[in-house]
Amino acid sequence: MYSSSDLRKGLKIEIDGEPYVITKFDFSKPGKGQALYRCHLRNMVTGNGTDKTYRSNEKFKKAPLDERQMQFLYSQGEEYHFMDNQSYEQYIIMEDQLTDVTTFMVDNMNVDVLLFNDNPIGVTLSNFVTLEVTRADPWVKGDTSGTDTKPVTVETGFELQVPPFVEEGDRIQIDTRTGTYLTRAKD
Amino acid sequence: MLVKKKLYERAALLRAVRFFFERQGYLEVDTPIRQPVLIPEANILPVASGDFFLQTSPELCMKRILASGYEKIFQVCKCFRGQERGQRHLPEFTMLEWYRIHDDYQSLMAETAELLKDMAAKVRGHRGFDPAMVELVQQPPQFLTVRNAFAKYTTYTAEQAIREDCFDEQLVEHIEPRLGLMSPCFLYDYPAALGALARKKESDPSLAERFELYVQGVELANGFSELTDAHEQRRRFVMELERAEKYGLQQGAMPEQFLEDLGIMPEACGIALGIDRLLMLLTGALTIAEVVSFTPEEL
Repeated sequence: MYSSSDLRKGLKIEIDGEPYVITKFDFSKPGKGQALYRCHLRNMVTGNGTDKTYRSNEKFKKAPLDERQMQFLYSQGEEYHFMDNQSYEQYIIMEDQLTDVTTFMVDNMNVDVLLFNDNPIGVTLSNFVTLEVTRADPWVKGDTSGTDTKPVTVETGFELQVPPFVEEGDRIQIDTRTGTYLTRAKD
Repeated sequence: MLVKKKLYERAALLRAVRFFFERQGYLEVDTPIRQPVLIPEANILPVASGDFFLQTSPELCMKRILASGYEKIFQVCKCFRGQERGQRHLPEFTMLEWYRIHDDYQSLMAETAELLKDMAAKVRGHRGFDPAMVELVQQPPQFLTVRNAFAKYTTYTAEQAIREDCFDEQLVEHIEPRLGLMSPCFLYDYPAALGALARKKESDPSLAERFELYVQGVELANGFSELTDAHEQRRRFVMELERAEKYGLQQGAMPEQFLEDLGIMPEACGIALGIDRLLMLLTGALTIAEVVSFTPEEL
């Protein structure tokens, strides 16, 4: 259990059976008044934000969260199937809970899955993933048009700008936080 | 990691404060920080020091000095309030407190605005101060009664909010963030229940002659016309001690010596201003840690 004085940015607590993360925090004590703990909370399942003000004597349950490494097996319609790398247990996550990670996710990729009461609520990719280029215009040697980059499409359907020497069939490393090209993979 | 704090700015501000009060004919005093008994206040957690407490404010001693015959006094000192830590709170902080006899909260508000103006003029152009903030605190102040503030910014009346036990929440969430955005703002005439040491307004005894100063949504100072009726003060302390007990706070006994001296204290007004917060404001600091030499965590 946490008490009001433990509240701080980043703390994850359970309210009415749902996990919340404190995204903004402010301790306040209006002139001669009570100590107030003002929080902006984000529901970790729905993503919705809400403001709450707590008094000093309140208690909070720690959100029972767990992060485990899993392998992305395959997707079927809106269902994404994952397997826990240790227990081999399989989990299904619906597409709308995956936000934009599907942009970089391919079969057999290892990802971190966040669980709340053993229910998966979110997926985090590693910062860098390696994906195959499936469509690229050929590099015309001696091209003097002055452009430093060209657009390519990778196996997930994601499109990004890369240096002109990248060709179809190349494997490239992408930063998943920014969606930008890093380097050509050497394999 | 050792960080260089805003100590040059701090010294400049304190110099400007002392300059102002000296010119206004105030006497600088310093009173004992360890006290055998504190002002009974249900919302403040005292810090014990042996058999004594560390002061939560120098108010009792300074009023006793007035009672002893001094007319205008000021002090810059450390105050201690347990478990108060946040972007604008430290459990040990620096308070500027001043008192004058034969005046009331109206003239004190005017004097506080003068202090801000004077101080700002002194530090203007100094390295480390935010010119926009220095400019802002020199603007003519706004005045807003608590009653009007509730009517303007909340769906409650002030009395309703007290009855329904949400006065502090309404104040913090809906009123404070809107105060003092273009110039200093005095929020004044608090419901009588919220001014344990303040005199009631003669024309409307449901109100206390108390005010708070806000700049940029930040509370900087709390002042009032002093209650000088010792019997009334004792009655209010009894109520406050009962509330403190209800909250399970460790509180000292009745400040008997103070009550005795209050009986001979002339009419007066007094105010406490948070120096660290004023410094934060004027230097554009985001946290109180930037303006003090060390926070408890840095020791």
